[in-house]
Amino acid sequence: MSITYLEAIRAAQAKALAEDPRVYIYGQDVGAFGGAFKATKNLAQEFPGRVLDAPISEDAMVGSAVGAAIEGLRPIIEMQFADFSTVGFNQIINQAATLHWRTQVPCPVVVRLPCGGTSGSGPFHSQTMEAIYAHYPGLVVLTPATVEDAYSMLLEAVAIDDPVIFCEHKYLYYHLKAEGLPTEALPVGKARIARPGRDLTLVAYSAMVHEALEVAQEFAGEGTEIEVVDLRSVKPLDTDTVMASVARTGRLLCVGEAFPWGGVTAEVIARVATEGFDLLDAPPQRLNAKDTPVPYHPDLWAIHRPTARSIAAAARSVLRS
Amino acid sequence: MVPTVLRPASAAAAPASSQVRERHVVAFRGMLLGRLFDEKFASLYRGGKIHGGVFLGRGQEALSVSVGLSLRRGDVFAPLIRDMAGRLAFGEPLLDAARTYLGSPLGPMRARDGNVHRGRPREGLIPMISHLGAMISVVNGALMARRLQGKAGFVGATCIGDGATSTGAFHEALNQAAVERLPVVVVVANNQYAYSTPNSRQFACRSLVDKAVGYGVTGHTLDGTDLSACLEGVGRAVDQARSGNGPQLIVARLLRLCGHGEHDDSSYIDPKLRNSPLGADCLKVAEDRLLEQGWARPEEVDQWRAECVARIEEAIATVQRESPPDPFQEDWSALATRHLIEQRGTL
Repeated sequence: MSITYLEAIRAAQAKALAEDPRVYIYGQDVGAFGGAFKATKNLAQEFPGRVLDAPISEDAMVGSAVGAAIEGLRPIIEMQFADFSTVGFNQIINQAATLHWRTQVPCPVVVRLPCGGTSGSGPFHSQTMEAIYAHYPGLVVLTPATVEDAYSMLLEAVAIDDPVIFCEHKYLYYHLKAEGLPTEALPVGKARIARPGRDLTLVAYSAMVHEALEVAQEFAGEGTEIEVVDLRSVKPLDTDTVMASVARTGRLLCVGEAFPWGGVTAEVIARVATEGFDLLDAPPQRLNAKDTPVPYHPDLWAIHRPTARSIAAAARSVLRS
Repeated sequence: MVPTVLRPASAAAAPASSQVRERHVVAFRGMLLGRLFDEKFASLYRGGKIHGGVFLGRGQEALSVSVGLSLRRGDVFAPLIRDMAGRLAFGEPLLDAARTYLGSPLGPMRARDGNVHRGRPREGLIPMISHLGAMISVVNGALMARRLQGKAGFVGATCIGDGATSTGAFHEALNQAAVERLPVVVVVANNQYAYSTPNSRQFACRSLVDKAVGYGVTGHTLDGTDLSACLEGVGRAVDQARSGNGPQLIVARLLRLCGHGEHDDSSYIDPKLRNSPLGADCLKVAEDRLLEQGWARPEEVDQWRAECVARIEEAIATVQRESPPDPFQEDWSALATRHLIEQRGTL
C-alpha cells in the first residue's frame, strides 16, 4: 500500500488525536470540509469537537492556541497557505515564541505551513517561510522532505514542548509516495545523509532534497559522487552532520527554495566557514530562489526557484574551483 | 495566589445595604493600594531606581479594581498597563510587581521581562505582550481549552484601551469570541488618548460600544470615574458572560490622569477634558462617596492609607535586598525542550 506525503500528514494528525486527548486542530476549512488540501479529511467526523473551523483570522487562531497551550492543551494550527501566516506572525514570534522564556510555562503549539511553490500559484500562495521563523528565538522549525519524515516529524512536533513551525511542502503533497508509514525515525534535530558521496557536500531541505538527489544521480554517471545532506530541521540545525560531510568532501553547496537574502543557506555557509574553514578545498556556494516575489507563469516560476538544472550548474562551479 | 486585596466574605445573611458598603470599602481600598503602589514606582523612577518605563493607572482604578473583584479564583485575566488595582484585586502578590519593576530574578518574570509585563499564566493571570489587542485571543484560547476539557462556570476578562480597538488583533479576536460564543469580557478603558493620539484620530464611530453590535456581542457603557457604576456594570457583564450569554464588550469613559508613561508629561491632554466631569479623579469620587454615605470615617481612610503604604514599603524593601540577575547563571536559551537546544553559536 503506498501513501503520499499529504496522506502521511493526515495520518500523523489522526494518530495524535487518537492518542492524546490534549490535541485539537484549528484552522480555516479544516472541519467537515477536510481542509483546502484535505490534510484533515474525515478527522472532524472521527474526532467530534476536536477539529474546528476557524474564521479567517490567523492572528486570533495563533493567539488562541497560545491560550489553550497555557491551559495544558497541544493545539495544531493549520495555516491554509504558509504565506498567510504573516497575518499571525505577531502571535507566533512575540506571543508563542516568548512565553516559555518569559514565564517558564511551555507553549506546545504546532503551526502547519503548507509552503513552497507549485506551478501557477503566484506570489501569495508559493512562499517558503522557514528562514524568517528560524530567525526568532523560541521556535523549532521543521522542513520534512520525505513521506516518512512528514509523518514522524509531525508526531514529534506535537510532543515537543515548544512552538513548532512545521513547513510541509505543497509540491510534495501528491508527488511523493512511500510504501508505508515508518515505525522508527531519526529524532528532530538530526540531519540525514540522503545519499553518500566523496566529492561535494550538497546541503538541501524540503522539496530541494529531491532536486539535489536528481543532480547527484546525474553526476554519478559522470563519475562524480555528490553527498546529499537533508537538514530535516532547520532549527535546530545539525551543524555536526554538515561539518562531518564537508570534512569528507572538502566542498559545499547549499540549496534552498527561499529568497536569497540571509536565511538557511547563508546560516549553513556561515557556520561551515567560521567553524570549518580549514575543511574547505574551495569557496562554499549557495543557491536560492531569485530576489523577486514568486512569479505566476510556469516558465518564469521554473527559473525563479532552484531546479536540478541550476543546482547542477552551481555544483559544477564548486567542483571546478 | 493568596488574596492581595481583602475580598468581601460571602456574607449570605448580611443585609443588602451592608453588602453594598462592604463591596465599596473593599474596592476603595483596592483602588487606594493600586494608586499608592503606582505612585511608589513613579517615585522610584524619578529617583533613577527603575530600568525602563513606569506606567500608571491613575484615573482608571475604579474600572480596573471592578474587573479584578468581579472575577473569581479560577477565572482568567489578562490585564494591560494601567491595571495595578485590578491585578491586586485578582490576587497578584505585591511582590510580583515589585520584583518585576525592580528586576529581581525571584519575580515571576525572573528579570527577563519588566514593569507591566508580568503574570502567572498557570494561575490564570496572563502576562501581556506590548502589541495591543494581542491578549484577547489568548484569553479566548484559554476559554476554548477549558470548554474542550468539559469545564464550565469560568470567565475570562481582558483590559484594553481605546487605541487597541483600532487593531486587527482586536477585530479578529472579538469576532472569534463571538463565533465561539465564549464567556469573555473585553473591557475598554476609553481614556481619550492612545499615547498622544486623541479619539478623533483613532476612530470615527459615534461610540466604541457601537462596535459590539457589529460583532454580535453585548455592549455596555460605563462612567469610569464612578466606582459604583463600575462595580455594578462590570459585575453585570461578568455575570452575563458566566451565565452563558456570550462575549461582553464594556466601554468605560474616563480620562488618563497621567502621561502614557512617567517619561511623558501629557501636555497634549486638552485642559477642557481635564476640567470636565470626565477628568474627575475616580479615587477622590469614591472616597467622597464613602464619607457622604457614612460608610467610612476620615480616620478610617487615613488608617487604610497608612496600611497600604506599610505593605508597599515592606514589599519594596524586601525586593531591594534581593540580588540582581547574574548573566552568567542565565542559560540563554528560549526553548523548553532541553535536548533541542543548540550548543554552538555562543562564542
